[in-house]
Amino acid sequence: MLKIVKEKTKKAIIELRDVFKHYRMSEDVLVKAVDGVSMSVVAGEFVAIMGPSGSGKSTCMNLVGSLDVPTKGHVYLDGQDVSQLSESDLAQIRGKKIGFIFQSFNLIPNLTTLENVALPMMFQGVSSEERSYRAMGFLKLVELDDRADHYPNELSGGQKQRVAIARSLANEPEVLLADEPTGNLDSKTGKIVMDFLEKMNKDGKTIIMVTHDPDLAQEYADVVYWLKDGKVEKTTRKKIGKKKFNGHVIEDIAEGKKFSNASSGTSSHAEALGVRDEVD
Amino acid sequence: MISDYFGLAFKNLKHRGIRSWLTLLGILIGVMAVVALIGLGTGLKTAINSQFGVSATELITVQAGGVTYGPPGTGVVVPITTDDLRVVSNVNNVDLAIGRILGTVKVEFKDGSVDFSMAGSMPKEKEQRDFIYETFGVEIMTGFFLESGDSSEIVLGYGYSDEANDGDGLDVGDKIKLNNDTFKIKGIMEKSGSFIMDYIILVNEDPLKDLLDSGDDLNIIVVRLKDKDLIERTKVDIEKALRRSRDVDVGDEDFVVSTPAAAMETVNSILTGVQIFIVIIAFISVFIGIIGIINTMGTSVVERRKEIGIMKSIGARNENIFMQFFVEAGLLGLVGGLVGVVLGTAISVLGVYGINYQFGTELTPAVDFVLISLALFGSFFVGAIAGIVPAMNAASQNPVDALKG
Repeated sequence: MLKIVKEKTKKAIIELRDVFKHYRMSEDVLVKAVDGVSMSVVAGEFVAIMGPSGSGKSTCMNLVGSLDVPTKGHVYLDGQDVSQLSESDLAQIRGKKIGFIFQSFNLIPNLTTLENVALPMMFQGVSSEERSYRAMGFLKLVELDDRADHYPNELSGGQKQRVAIARSLANEPEVLLADEPTGNLDSKTGKIVMDFLEKMNKDGKTIIMVTHDPDLAQEYADVVYWLKDGKVEKTTRKKIGKKKFNGHVIEDIAEGKKFSNASSGTSSHAEALGVRDEVD
Repeated sequence: MISDYFGLAFKNLKHRGIRSWLTLLGILIGVMAVVALIGLGTGLKTAINSQFGVSATELITVQAGGVTYGPPGTGVVVPITTDDLRVVSNVNNVDLAIGRILGTVKVEFKDGSVDFSMAGSMPKEKEQRDFIYETFGVEIMTGFFLESGDSSEIVLGYGYSDEANDGDGLDVGDKIKLNNDTFKIKGIMEKSGSFIMDYIILVNEDPLKDLLDSGDDLNIIVVRLKDKDLIERTKVDIEKALRRSRDVDVGDEDFVVSTPAAAMETVNSILTGVQIFIVIIAFISVFIGIIGIINTMGTSVVERRKEIGIMKSIGARNENIFMQFFVEAGLLGLVGGLVGVVLGTAISVLGVYGINYQFGTELTPAVDFVLISLALFGSFFVGAIAGIVPAMNAASQNPVDALKG
């Protein structure tokens, strides 16, 4: 039993192998949005991709979420090379394996809360009754079942994001991909949303969160990829992660300090991490 | 799955602004025109044909005049006379030829007057009278038909009756004045549905001749045939005989020999012309409607780029997106068609009632459900076709770019 769990946790569910995404804007301007990134997300992890704007984290998220394909390198989704898949197969797999949570919620305004949550199931061919039934279950999970018949514009930001979380769960994906999930929320509602994500993670979902907020990244994530100029500058892990994710290369916390000093960043996230480690 | 698309499309349509609905005017007008046209067309044809007052198609009429089909008594150059009647009677296959006088008279009765009323003569012989009644399909409602020798009695059409005038009309036994001569009402006929027959005043031949001072002139000769199958040949024979007796050349005829079939053909060809015109307008409208739907769906794709991105990110394949916009465009067309069908049916029903009211006909509006289903299916189809290009455009959106909105 224990062994099975261990093996399961070791499986890389999403893997980026030396991935490049370059955009040619004009003849002599080449934007290197992602410039040789490798990362491996293991099932059950809470991963944060951290970086200031322009660091390539959005492009990175699109690649991780297989919304986009790299110009060079390989992205593996559950062991499958996404560049080998047709657009339709990719959509199908994406719908099944990844649940998206966006900064701006991205609910469909013409659909009720329940219908929004049920929508991803439609693309997997789930029957209409089953969709409603299951969607209601997910809404209960985010404690919004009493808002099932409301339209998105009748909900607060925090509620919208919880609906979005419920929607991301619709096809029971292994991975939740959250792009700045608290970006449009105040700190209080942001915390509620994050607590839900944390709960999902504890329930076994792999969570990949893209954020520019180092505090948020370090507070919740087991692994943080620090992105700068399209490259992974460093990877940090919570100490607890050392035990949990045995066998991974763990970077020194001190390096995090170095990063903090080197980048004229706003807050001393490395220290913050250190403090938290002590608390943990 | 298909029903899911309809559900989604329906939801999206519900939230559309007035701008989208305005683009449907084209399809709406097109469908409305066609439905109204067909609904009314049948009614219109029946109405016009019934105005001829002829239900049988087996008689020939001879009137004076050139090529016009104007009402009797107008533009007569060389009138038809009793001489012509004799000529016609002797033509092969003619069983019975009846000369009738038709003219307008001034009518005065207790509460008012009518300046121009149509009066028609009734022949002396009973067989001929019966033939007239039979031909026009009229029956007496109250009182009696005219007998030979009724020189101061008349029979009126239904339009003059109490019943048709909410009790304010005329009754059997009442006296009325025609061109200052007094006549007694002997009978009132039942409603025939023909405007002419319902407002006619039947007077015996001799008194009407005096009244109109028409001498030997006749307005119309009605011909009954022995063999009804030979109607066209007999028509030619009558024309030949009359040309000889009236001494005119082919093409210069100052008389018209017509069969109801020919007359109806004229009416129908005019109606067909009108119908073709309306159908062309309908086609133009539908064409404009297609452009409208292409335009509004194209705008919709741009407006909902982000939504497309969301759908793709949560697992929608290109064909899912395509189908959604395709079905939505079809539904858009269907809504236009639906409103068009409702308005078109309303127009044809109101039109038929209008005709009934105006002409005293008793037509029932024809609501053709096959036509309606076809129109609805057609408008969905047209809408969907118009949606193909926008839907393809929607489906081919790159998810990353689309998500940016």
